[in-house]
Amino acid sequence: MSTATLDLHEVPTGSRVNYLNAQYGVKSWLLTTDHKRIALLYLASITLMFFVGGFFAVLMRLHLIEPQGALVQPETYNKLFTMHGVIMVFFFLVPSIPATLGNFLVPMMIGARDLAFPKLNLLSWYIYIIGAIFTLYAVISGGVDTGWTFYTPYSSSFSHTSVIPTALGVFITGFSSILTGLNFVVTIHKMRAPGLTWFRLPLFIWAIYATSIIFILGTPVIAITLFLLGLERLLHIGIFDPAIGGDPILFQHLFWFYSHPAVYIMILPGMGVMSELITCFSRKRIFGYGFVAFSSLAIAFISFLVWGHHMFVTGQSIYAGLIFSVLSFMVAIPSAVKVFNWTATLYKGSISYDAPMLYALGFIGLFTMGGLTGLFLASLATDVHLNGTYFIVAHFHYIMVGGAVMAYLGGIHFWWPKITGRLYPDGWARFAALVIFVGFNLTFFPQFMLGYLGMPRRYAVYPAEFQVLNVMSSAGASILGIGYLIPLIYLTWSMRYGPTAGPNPWGAKGLEWQTPSPPPTENFEEIPVVTEEAYDYAHTTVTRG
Amino acid sequence: MAVQQPHPPGFAHQFEDMQQQREAGSLGMWVFLLTELMFFGGLFASYIIYRALYLPSFEIGSHLLEVEFGALNTAVLIGSSLTMALAIRSAQVGRRGAQVGFLMATMILGAAFLFFKFTFEWHHDYIEHLVPGFGFVIRPEWGAAGAHVPLFFCFYFFMTGLHALHMIIGLGILTVLSVMAHRGRFNPAYYSPLEVSGLYWHFVDIVWIFLFPLLYLIGGRYIGGGH
Repeated sequence: MSTATLDLHEVPTGSRVNYLNAQYGVKSWLLTTDHKRIALLYLASITLMFFVGGFFAVLMRLHLIEPQGALVQPETYNKLFTMHGVIMVFFFLVPSIPATLGNFLVPMMIGARDLAFPKLNLLSWYIYIIGAIFTLYAVISGGVDTGWTFYTPYSSSFSHTSVIPTALGVFITGFSSILTGLNFVVTIHKMRAPGLTWFRLPLFIWAIYATSIIFILGTPVIAITLFLLGLERLLHIGIFDPAIGGDPILFQHLFWFYSHPAVYIMILPGMGVMSELITCFSRKRIFGYGFVAFSSLAIAFISFLVWGHHMFVTGQSIYAGLIFSVLSFMVAIPSAVKVFNWTATLYKGSISYDAPMLYALGFIGLFTMGGLTGLFLASLATDVHLNGTYFIVAHFHYIMVGGAVMAYLGGIHFWWPKITGRLYPDGWARFAALVIFVGFNLTFFPQFMLGYLGMPRRYAVYPAEFQVLNVMSSAGASILGIGYLIPLIYLTWSMRYGPTAGPNPWGAKGLEWQTPSPPPTENFEEIPVVTEEAYDYAHTTVTRG
Repeated sequence: MAVQQPHPPGFAHQFEDMQQQREAGSLGMWVFLLTELMFFGGLFASYIIYRALYLPSFEIGSHLLEVEFGALNTAVLIGSSLTMALAIRSAQVGRRGAQVGFLMATMILGAAFLFFKFTFEWHHDYIEHLVPGFGFVIRPEWGAAGAHVPLFFCFYFFMTGLHALHMIIGLGILTVLSVMAHRGRFNPAYYSPLEVSGLYWHFVDIVWIFLFPLLYLIGGRYIGGGH
């Protein structure tokens, strides 16, 4: 893909200067402006938040083993699902792929030395950390029980928990997303290597670009909404409290104006990772590049027009409901375009089942299920039955965990040799992918059935006839939990003891594979010149290793 | 391809050349302003919804504002946008003294805006018990509409406060720019910090242009006098 000739195989990793060993010490990390190091700072912090959020989920599933609740008081249960939601959505899923893989890969994939604004990039990490501290403080100071959606007037007038510190944490973290999105948009527009036209860009970049647009346009609205919520809670002025003339539905409108597009913030980068994985491990160019690229932008665009489908049963006008229903169906089109194109890419490909590919194949199945069940919820009539039940919980976990987290883990496994310069044990990685797939389905498929049978979400107790399915779900959650711990162990192990990875262990295309692993601080010794389209696996035989 | 000659002042290593750096800075600011637009947009949308729901209350609230100072401040801010544009122009033609002078003028006008806002408007509102959360008194002569007058003032203080915060940040930026201009950091080939900060300053100005009629001029103040 590039004319830059680098002598990659001569120098062993240990002695060559790269971004990891260029400087040592805590200060060299906390004050770094290198996008690759900032990506690792994010990786460490969101991994921590992932396991904190996961811990709450484990407690919830343990509690629900018995119909009357096995573990905690109902008040505590309310706090558990709220903290799980807040931490997983705002502190793990939203920053997950953009802030780690995006930060690491965007400059490398477009042949740049860094993002356009490296100091701003570091600032966004610090903003994230300050937001996380506020939210973790809320956890320690007694938790929040409003649900991650902070619905008014409960959150503004009635809840006696730490609503303001939590909302402040989410508010602050939003600015980290905004700055990251701004940095990506400017970098992708202005810093592409010579010859790297828009239609030669890897599809990961298109996905990150679409995500950044949502960051930029959506996040400010949630910021202002949470600010109004804080004002209402402090002053009881009647913004959202219907008892004194406020409009609680306005909160839902403003909240979902951001939070529905935020769902696509979580899944679009995962779709970008998918396009990289599917092409590399089936050794084919992507089927329908233009369609996949523009479907990302289409998803970003339509995502801003569907928020009302969260309010079908909250007294919204039936005509608004009809329009939001139709628009929500429209999102299925670009999403399906992607799934069909990945599948068509697999057709007659020379497929290998390395660990990243296992995650990618898992993504296709789970995302499709999550997407199709979304259509049940976008239909007005079925939504009346399913709204507020475990069906919804199962649906969005198929997208967020089955989709976004699978893609995240697939991406981490795919680029790990590039990031660390080391290989992880492949057998363990494939095993973990299978454990996660099995554990995930056992956790969430029963929840579809529970929801369809009418079990409402967010309750600490349930009728005895739902116990079998709940026990299955809890058993699945424990398998899933173990599945997530295995990669944590072997990936950490591999950083020190893993065999040295070559510059391109997968034989993948893309500029990021044409520099040594780990890359030097300046990424490229000489800025490459691009002469090919992306994923040109057909015309070159790239050797692995 | 790498630039071999010594770097010009203000050049950052991640860029290929000064033109790329200037374009990136400018695009970055436009994108940031888009974010700001959505930020204020959410607030404006909420304001408009409650203005439609409780128009009589909002008219009462609006009539209690000091429209003369609002109008004066509008003129002051537009003037500061002019001096900001002239400061950039001075950099383009390489006049260092004029740059510093115009930047200082912009700062003085910006500070005057905040001075009028805080001393003659906010302080006055405080004395009149019109600040929600700080001893707001609902007056009997407002009648039934009085219940939602605090909501108007809540939006008024939030919107003008957020705008004032942007002004204060802008004054900080202008201070840095003035020092840089005084040290001769800008020349006809390199003035993008001035240009980018100018965009920000004009944006804050435009927000006020919308805030002024939305908050001060509702309820037919000059055609029949409202109430």
